[in-house]
Amino acid sequence: MSPLDRKLLRDLWRMKGQAVAIGLVIAVGTMLLIMMDGLVNMLDETRQAYYQRYRLADVFAPVARAPERLLDDLAHLPGVAAAEGRVVGDALIDVEGADLPVRARAVSLPATGAPRLNDIHLSQGRLLNSEQPDEVLVLESFARAHGLVPGDTISATMNGSRRTFMIVGLAQSPEFLYTTAPGELLPDDARFAVLWLNRAAMAAAYDMKGAFNEALLSIGRGADEKAVLKAVDRLLEAYGGLGAYSLADQFSNRFVSTEIEELGNTSRSVPPLFLGVAAFLLFIVITRMVQAEREQIGLLKAFGYSGAEVSLHYFKFVLVIAIGGAILGSLAGIVAGRAFAVFYQHFFKFPFLVFRLDPGTFVIGFLVSIASASAGGLLVLRRVFSLTPAVAMRPPAPPDYSRTVQFGRVMRRLLDQPSRMVLRRIMRQPVRMIGAVVGIAAGMALSVATSALMVAFTQMLDVTFTVIDRSDAAVAFVAPMSDRTVHELRRMEGVIAAEPFRIVPVVLRNGLNSYRGSINGFVEEPVLNRALDKDARPIFMRKDGIILSEPLADILEVSAGEVITVEVREGRRPVLQIPVVEIAQSLLGSPTYMEIGALNRALREPGRISGAFLRVDAAFRKEVYRKLKDMPAVAGISEKEVTRESLVRQVNTGAGATRYVMAAIAAIITFGIIYNSARIAFAERARDLASLRVIGFSKGEAAYILLGELALVTLVALPIGAGLGYYLSFALSAAYSTDLYQVPAVFAPQSYGSAMVAVLSAAVVSGLLVKRELDRMELVSALKTRE
Amino acid sequence: MPKGDVPQMTPAFHTRGLTKVYGEGAAAVHALRGVNLEIPEGEIVVLLGPSGSGKSTLLNILGGLDSATGGTAWFRDMELTAMSDTELTRFRRDHVGFVFQFYNLMPSLTAFENVELVTEIAQNPLSAQEALELVDLHERVDHFPAQLSGGEQQRVAIARAVAKQPTVLFCDEPTGALDSTTGRSVLKVLKEVNDKLGTTVLIITHAAATAAMAHRVINFADGNIRDVVVNETRLDPEEIHW
Repeated sequence: MSPLDRKLLRDLWRMKGQAVAIGLVIAVGTMLLIMMDGLVNMLDETRQAYYQRYRLADVFAPVARAPERLLDDLAHLPGVAAAEGRVVGDALIDVEGADLPVRARAVSLPATGAPRLNDIHLSQGRLLNSEQPDEVLVLESFARAHGLVPGDTISATMNGSRRTFMIVGLAQSPEFLYTTAPGELLPDDARFAVLWLNRAAMAAAYDMKGAFNEALLSIGRGADEKAVLKAVDRLLEAYGGLGAYSLADQFSNRFVSTEIEELGNTSRSVPPLFLGVAAFLLFIVITRMVQAEREQIGLLKAFGYSGAEVSLHYFKFVLVIAIGGAILGSLAGIVAGRAFAVFYQHFFKFPFLVFRLDPGTFVIGFLVSIASASAGGLLVLRRVFSLTPAVAMRPPAPPDYSRTVQFGRVMRRLLDQPSRMVLRRIMRQPVRMIGAVVGIAAGMALSVATSALMVAFTQMLDVTFTVIDRSDAAVAFVAPMSDRTVHELRRMEGVIAAEPFRIVPVVLRNGLNSYRGSINGFVEEPVLNRALDKDARPIFMRKDGIILSEPLADILEVSAGEVITVEVREGRRPVLQIPVVEIAQSLLGSPTYMEIGALNRALREPGRISGAFLRVDAAFRKEVYRKLKDMPAVAGISEKEVTRESLVRQVNTGAGATRYVMAAIAAIITFGIIYNSARIAFAERARDLASLRVIGFSKGEAAYILLGELALVTLVALPIGAGLGYYLSFALSAAYSTDLYQVPAVFAPQSYGSAMVAVLSAAVVSGLLVKRELDRMELVSALKTRE
Repeated sequence: MPKGDVPQMTPAFHTRGLTKVYGEGAAAVHALRGVNLEIPEGEIVVLLGPSGSGKSTLLNILGGLDSATGGTAWFRDMELTAMSDTELTRFRRDHVGFVFQFYNLMPSLTAFENVELVTEIAQNPLSAQEALELVDLHERVDHFPAQLSGGEQQRVAIARAVAKQPTVLFCDEPTGALDSTTGRSVLKVLKEVNDKLGTTVLIITHAAATAAMAHRVINFADGNIRDVVVNETRLDPEEIHW
């Protein structure tokens, strides 16, 4: 080992505290990058593998009733690789202990063998015995939510008749990762069930002997999906085809894909921010470090080492810390990524997880962290090159303060010498001070933005359930009913108010762009459940056309005044041309609105409603729900409290959960920046401070000069950081907004307050830590160090 | 205040069996090996000795910068070796002035302000102006250290040290970084301080010639006092050459 390398090791050991601190900042940035990237990869791979292993269909084609033989024709369509027919139907399940009946989807399984498409994963119990029509498999997440196990029985109402089934097994399926009852915004394991029955039992229950009402298709590699959809629609037209749609439009898949995509967005937008801050911090630290070593650099050169050799020596120092940080960060990233993946595995209900380490992620993580560390190092190395050996031979020249201000008479009276020292130092090295200010401001900005994000999530929930939804429950009917039903509801004892709504499943098209969703028909000035724009002002329903939410208008590339095509997916399935009259910025979801009467007129179904929002007297609540549950026309009732809980669960366990990690990391980085600033200032001034102590300054008085600088820099940084944080919070809100919920960019005074408290506490703790070092400083040895 | 020529009955400093050990076990370095010493008040005392003989260690302990391993050290009737950190700070603040080889001025304060640094916290200080006049620095008082020569910087350091009217002035190689002409002017200032203010001055130096201006010369070797020489006649700094 060369003497220079030995020096390197000893220097590292000597500066181990600082080296570890810098290494940790790099490690945190790398960890975040690798964790997020690895997590997204893992989830994406797992989803793909799950879909492949259980042969999830590429195309879903619901139809009123098509004969079995049609499957052959479907299988022979160009581009189609396999076709499978099945019987599906809606059901209502009575669950013990629940006030409300639970909506369910019943799905047939073939009598023998596994289905060609949309296979299931049996997680407990056994498969169905084809001889036993009363056996049923239940979606595992639903069973768990209600404590159902194989051997239990459940009773279900199918097509108007009530039957009792015996649960023989619990199953999972890539088709039902995310389940939600029709018309509901949020998934909830407890409130929607999937049942798998023998084909014969399903055929009997839904009158589908020798027929199917849903075709599943897989398409070959390179086949034109749009052409296949068109061909399928044409073939099923005569049998009441309800419009084939691709996997991309399938509810569960769309939801899971969006969530993974959101995670991906977060992973692309947030870690670079952290790494940028870390890189900046490193630059400051390494600059100062090399400056402090300049005598040794001069000495080495005096011995005959070349500029390049000395530069390499210092660059190695940077590299060792950067690589150390990158390795630590990578390992932590893998561990954290896996832990998070397991967390998300439960969230997405994957039966297994594909752990795959993408070498690319490491290469990127390593390169980014080393590049950010080196960026600081390289700039500094220029100085190493330009230093002359003579520097080492001279006693240290005091830094020149002659170009800073002489204080006038007034200032002299106001400022004591220690305060002048603080001020002059700040004025003499404005660039360095600006660096420290920007560093702390960046920490403040991160804290403001992450804290504003927390407020935004809370606000979103509050607005959703106090301003938007002011009802107590929503009742949905099996099929559209007469609007007279509203009057009946109002007459029920305990019902204070009822407001009808109509929800119509549609495909919206504008040119080549399309969106599968639904139109919400509300009364002109809704009271119980209002549509709000992003400033929380109510959106009034329009009779002259449709109101689109902004993200939807973007997807369809349409603006107010244009006419879009609306393909209705229920009833007589008319295709309508409706003008877009307004683009609204919705707070929740990507909805479409229309006045209920106008919507019904357009459908030529006057006076029909899909359900109603209710306000119910708390004293009568149980009674009202029980009565509603007994009405055969009622498909389901969603209580607001339950919905609220599921949204809270959603934002706390989904992509939104990473906000806590972000906040934690923002706090770590903020502290890192401030602590490092204080440490560096201390290292630079140790000699001056020791001199002051020797002269007779007390520990507190000496600390004032050191900490006064930190305090001043921090105070200047706070308003700047608050300003940066304001803009950063927009970026974060956008990164966290999903198809399902928009996170508003809020100006929340409390987030500035809490960020300020965080930064100030970090400053105080850093100050105390450094002061402790100052107190322990050996006066004699500090004086002997020349600088 | 007693004049330098009249030895006092109570010494400014005295030590009994003072020891200082750095490190432990086999690596232990015995810097002081039981030093017994008396330094009368109002004298100029020069400590001579090779590097590592323990003279700086002694000065650090007497100046309240370092603690002893064993034995006792007294300043007048105050036992330095029994003082807390706060009491030592108090002691330095009220009684001690320091002059260092590398001046240790605050680079961000002007010459004047560097002196004010001390006059602000001292109990009965000279004015900064007086202190600077004492070291013969009149014009360049509004300059920053970087704009002053080594001799000027050292004179500012002495002005800063004497401005509080200390009882004792500790000088660790005060002329070590200076040429002989400048060095002589610094020694002259130290003598003046001793003459005019009656301050006890302890000077550590390698330059044996400096000893000629002292009342008393303490020769150090191997962690202990080899001998103490009281000068019958003293030379003026102007007459000293090295």
